[in-house]
Amino acid sequence: MKKVIVTAEILSQEQLAPEVHKVELLAPAIAAVAQPGQFVTVAVTEQAAPLLRRPFGIADANKETGTITLIYRVLGPATHLLVQLLPHATVSVMGPLGHGFNLNGKKPLLVGGGMGLAPLHFLAKSFASPVAVLMGGKTQAELFWQSLFVGQTQYLTTDDGTLGTHGTVLALLPKLLAEGYDSIYVCGPIPMMKAVVAEVNKTKLPCQVSLEKYMGCGLGACLSCSCQGIGKRLKVCTDGPVFESGEVVEW
Amino acid sequence: MVDTLYEGRLAVDIGKLHMRTPITTASGTFGFGLEFTDFLDLEKLGAITVKGTTLKPRSGNKGQRVVETPAGILNCVGLENPGVEYFLSTTLPKLRQYNVPVIVNMDGDSPEEYGQLAELLNVDGVDALEINISCPNVAQGGLAFGTCPDAAAEVVQAVKAKSKKVIITKLSPNVTDIVEIAKAVEVAGSDAVSLINTLLGMKIDVEKQAPVLGNIMGGLSGPAIHPVAVRMVYQVAQAIKLPIIGMGGIMCAEDALEFFLAGATAVAIGTGNFRNPALAETISKDLLAYLDKHGIESINDIRGKALPR
Repeated sequence: MKKVIVTAEILSQEQLAPEVHKVELLAPAIAAVAQPGQFVTVAVTEQAAPLLRRPFGIADANKETGTITLIYRVLGPATHLLVQLLPHATVSVMGPLGHGFNLNGKKPLLVGGGMGLAPLHFLAKSFASPVAVLMGGKTQAELFWQSLFVGQTQYLTTDDGTLGTHGTVLALLPKLLAEGYDSIYVCGPIPMMKAVVAEVNKTKLPCQVSLEKYMGCGLGACLSCSCQGIGKRLKVCTDGPVFESGEVVEW
Repeated sequence: MVDTLYEGRLAVDIGKLHMRTPITTASGTFGFGLEFTDFLDLEKLGAITVKGTTLKPRSGNKGQRVVETPAGILNCVGLENPGVEYFLSTTLPKLRQYNVPVIVNMDGDSPEEYGQLAELLNVDGVDALEINISCPNVAQGGLAFGTCPDAAAEVVQAVKAKSKKVIITKLSPNVTDIVEIAKAVEVAGSDAVSLINTLLGMKIDVEKQAPVLGNIMGGLSGPAIHPVAVRMVYQVAQAIKLPIIGMGGIMCAEDALEFFLAGATAVAIGTGNFRNPALAETISKDLLAYLDKHGIESINDIRGKALPR
C-alpha cells in the first residue's frame, strides 16, 4: 500500500473530555485505503519546531466522505498547537502507516484503556456486526469513550469504582474469556497490555496487541521504535504497530 | 559521460565517486533508502548513504532512543543493524536495482575490524565507504577513534589497506579541535571527509527526575546544530585539500548552500528526512533555481565562496 503525504484540511475539532479532543481531517487518499490499527503522522506547523511528525492511531476513516478522525490528548508542544487550529486550517498528514489489525475474528473481544481506545474505535466499526468492548479507566471521567462506542456491547471498569466494575480490566477479563470469544484485540498502556496478554495466554486464544513507542520517522528508517521479536528485530512503525502477542518478546 | 540529470549543473566528484547531484543522505536517517521509495525517486539522489553497518548484527541500546529537543532531536539508537552479511546478501541486491551510488557507513571495535569490514565490502554495488569514527552511542570503538588523531589515522590506514573503494571519514564534533583530526585522516589516506556527526547531549525528565534516554546521553541532530556544522566545515575547508561532505540540520536548499559556500563539495540530508521524506530529492530543484537566479552555471562554482580569500 502506497504511503502518501497530503495537506489535509481540518473539518472539525471537538472536545471529548478535559485535554482530549477529536479532529476530523479531509484526507481522501488516506481515508480510501486506511485499515484499522494503522496510524498517520502529523506535522502541525511549517516551522522547525516541533520538528518531528507526531504519530496518531486512526480513530476512524470514511471512504465516502474522504475523512479521517484522530482522537488525541493535549500533552506536548505539537498537540498544544493542534488543539488551537480551527476548521479550514491545514496540517501535513503522512500515511497510512504500519500494519493494522487482522480482522479474522468471528466473535471478537476488544480490550482497551486510555488513548488506546482510539484505534479500537475504528476497529470496532470495521466488523460486520457489533462487537464486545472491555474498557478500563481510572475514574468515570476517563470513560467518555462510552458515547463513541454506542451500538457495541460495552463492559466497563474503573480503578475507583465510580463506573462499572470496581478494578482494572483484569477484574472482568477472566469471566469474559470464558464466554466463547475467538479473538482478542488489545490496545492501551503497556502494563495493561502485558497483564491482559498474560491472562489471555492461559486460554490459547489468538491475541493481537497494538504497541506504542517513541517514533522518529514512522517509516522504519530511524530504529527509534524497534523491539525484540523471536530471533529478529521488529519495528513498531512498519512491522507493527499491531502484532500477534507472541511475536514480540521484549516490549 | 554527460550528465542529463539537472542538466549536469549539479554534478560533483568526491574523489572517484561521481555524484549527479551533490545530495546524499546522512547515515542512520534514511535506513537503506528502500523505506523512502513511496516519497522520492532514489535515482534523483547523488548517492545513498546507508545505515551504519557492523561485522555482526547489533540490537542497539535499550530504553527510549529518541527524544525531541528545541529544533532538534537526541538519539541513542546505538548502531542497531542486521550486520554486514545480511546487508550484502539481502539489502544490497535490492539497492542495485537503482542507478544510484551507494556509500556504506561502517563501524568497528578495532582497526582490524574496520579492515575486515572494508574487505567484505569490496563488492560491486558498493561505491564508497564512510568510516564512522564518531558514533557517540556505543561503548567501544566509534567515538573513541574519532577524538584522537593517531587512533583516527590508524583506522583510516586499516581500511585503506583492504579497500578498493572511495574512503570517506566521518568526523565527530565532540573534540577540542576538529581540524587536527581532519588533517590526521588526510595524511592517513582518506579520500574525503564528512562532517559533522551528532553533538553529544542529554535531556532530563523533571517529573521523573531522571534522564529521558535509555543510554542517558545521545547525539543531537537537526536544525539546532546547523550553525555548528557550518562553522566546522568552514574551518576544515581551510586546513585540508580533501573534498568535504557537509551535514547537520539541513531542512532546505538555503541550509545546504551555506555548506557549499563554506567549502563543502556535497551535503547530506539527515534529520530532515524524518520531517519530509521527499526532502533529499526536492532540494536539488531548489539548488538549481538558486543557480539560475544568480546566473551561475555549476554548483562547483560556488564552492568555498564564503571562505577568506
